[in-house]
Amino acid sequence: MNTQLGHSRTLAITSGLILLVWLIVAAFPFFWTVWGSFKVQADFFSRESFWNAIFGPATQRQTGGAFTLDGYEGAWIEREFYHSVWNTVIVTVCVTSISLLFGTLGGYALSRSTRKYTFWILIAALVFRAMPHITLVSGYLLPFFELNIWGYLPTAIIVLVAINQPFTIWMLHSFFMSIPKDLDESAMVDGCTRFQAFRWAIMPVMWPGVITTGLFSFLLAYNDFAVTAMLLNQDNQTMVPKINSFLGTVQTEGTIMYAVAATVSATVPLFILVMFFQRQIVSGLTAGAVKG
Amino acid sequence: MRHRDFTAFILPSALAMLLFIALPIVSVAVQSLFVEHEQVLVTVENCGPFGCQEETKVDPDATAALKEAEPLGRFNGLGTYLNRAHLAVTEVGEILSDNDGIGDVISRIYNLPFYKALSFTLVYTFLVTPLSMIAGFAVALGVNSIPRMFKGPVIFLSLLPYIVTPLLGSLILFWMINSDGVIGATLQWIFNDPELSLKASPGLTWITLIVYGTWHMTPFAFVVFYAGLQTLPQDTLESAMIDGANRWERIRYVVIPHLVPLATFVGLVLLMDNFRVFEPIIGFSAEANATSLSWSIYNDLNGSVNQLFGSAAATSILTMLGVIVLLMPVLIRTWREFNRKAR
Repeated sequence: MNTQLGHSRTLAITSGLILLVWLIVAAFPFFWTVWGSFKVQADFFSRESFWNAIFGPATQRQTGGAFTLDGYEGAWIEREFYHSVWNTVIVTVCVTSISLLFGTLGGYALSRSTRKYTFWILIAALVFRAMPHITLVSGYLLPFFELNIWGYLPTAIIVLVAINQPFTIWMLHSFFMSIPKDLDESAMVDGCTRFQAFRWAIMPVMWPGVITTGLFSFLLAYNDFAVTAMLLNQDNQTMVPKINSFLGTVQTEGTIMYAVAATVSATVPLFILVMFFQRQIVSGLTAGAVKG
Repeated sequence: MRHRDFTAFILPSALAMLLFIALPIVSVAVQSLFVEHEQVLVTVENCGPFGCQEETKVDPDATAALKEAEPLGRFNGLGTYLNRAHLAVTEVGEILSDNDGIGDVISRIYNLPFYKALSFTLVYTFLVTPLSMIAGFAVALGVNSIPRMFKGPVIFLSLLPYIVTPLLGSLILFWMINSDGVIGATLQWIFNDPELSLKASPGLTWITLIVYGTWHMTPFAFVVFYAGLQTLPQDTLESAMIDGANRWERIRYVVIPHLVPLATFVGLVLLMDNFRVFEPIIGFSAEANATSLSWSIYNDLNGSVNQLFGSAAATSILTMLGVIVLLMPVLIRTWREFNRKAR
């Protein structure tokens, strides 16, 4: 690539240095915290020197080993973090599959209709996409209390699906635009109904777009704090609000390592996700930009 | 596509958006016009050995019954919008009519809760957006010039700050900048000031949050710009090179014009996402020094004694108006383009 942008040595060194600094800034916090989560609090939060967090002298003294699982034990077993992990699994799986089901149908319809109302639906979706989630939450609470559906997982799931729809239909709309119309139209000429054409001509070729969109639906459900913190009761909390509720108690009880361990437990799945789906994530992030 | 087919296909999605996005907006608008019931007071005569006394106290049963009967509260019109916690019309009027110069006006208005949240939200939005775009562009140029075999791992590491849950990402950084954490302790050592704490002053808190925001958003700008760099017009670049343009001039006159449409897109998405800044304030426990509009809504809804639905709804409506104002240029442009196409 050097040939394209020139070979100036100073510029190459400068841009290399910027990149190196960025990589450290971007990744160091995660490695540091993952490493530190296997130490005791006296080491990870050490006033004297940060070398303590690396070598862990207090961990040696207190537990007899260089690494300890105390934080994980406290969080997962004592504070029943596994319970929130299970809730997160339910919420993310349901949100992703329902969003994709609704989104593929809607996105397909929007890409194949040339009428004026498709424009208005897409613009409304853009405005909805921009609404901060917490403003919508303030609209849910009172009606949900009155209907007696506050606090349950299905409520949070359907709300997250709805919040997800604007993004999902935009993305799948532009993906279906790239699939030639001839494909389903020739199926319809052969006597298929619109739905049959979708089922037999479009569905076999739509998986790359659906997987990319599904990743982002998953991330939205997984990373959400505003909706799950306000709409779920104590027993149904997912990981992120659960960690937030840890924070209130750990500070006073000196069990901050529980929160660190729980945070690492919730972050590592995302690392693995990026590792496997890096290509799809990159193409998803740029999809909106390239197609305008 | 026939109307009937279109309706059948779009129905689930449209219904979900209608019920859980459009309807809640209406519900917020209605709620913002109401305010919580006052507690029902009863006057009872207390007769003791020293004579009788009239006493006023709260009647909990009647209060609960009233809440049950009218959950929305009592009608307040635009009262909530104009009160001290929101637009604070009276207070601002007083400040404007009686003050000691412009500095005094600003500091007193800043102390009103709504304006405090608004000013942080705007400063955050309009600093983080350009900063992360510049950083993202620099990183994209850097990644573009490294050997192919390093690109995969470099992109992987670069994506992490964006993909990680905002609340957890801010907690991870918060623990590091803690005075016991690695960055906090190192800063104390560098500046030789054991009292130094990034949480202590509003200025340092704001800087911390803005640095966090830039860290979180840079990967998004980077990925989009990097994708743009892959589609650079090679012949334009070559002819610029033949014409004797140096590297910097080629970036200035070929690369940047090519990336402008992408930059508009990135800018728009970043504006939308930064305007809802909320999780970092919780993660960094920054509410004493920096509040945002989203955070004020959360705070009203999360009240320990009773939830202030009216107040949260009024802030929500004002926030939504802010979003519409931010989106206005895009909406107008899209509308014009659509009309041009239609004709």
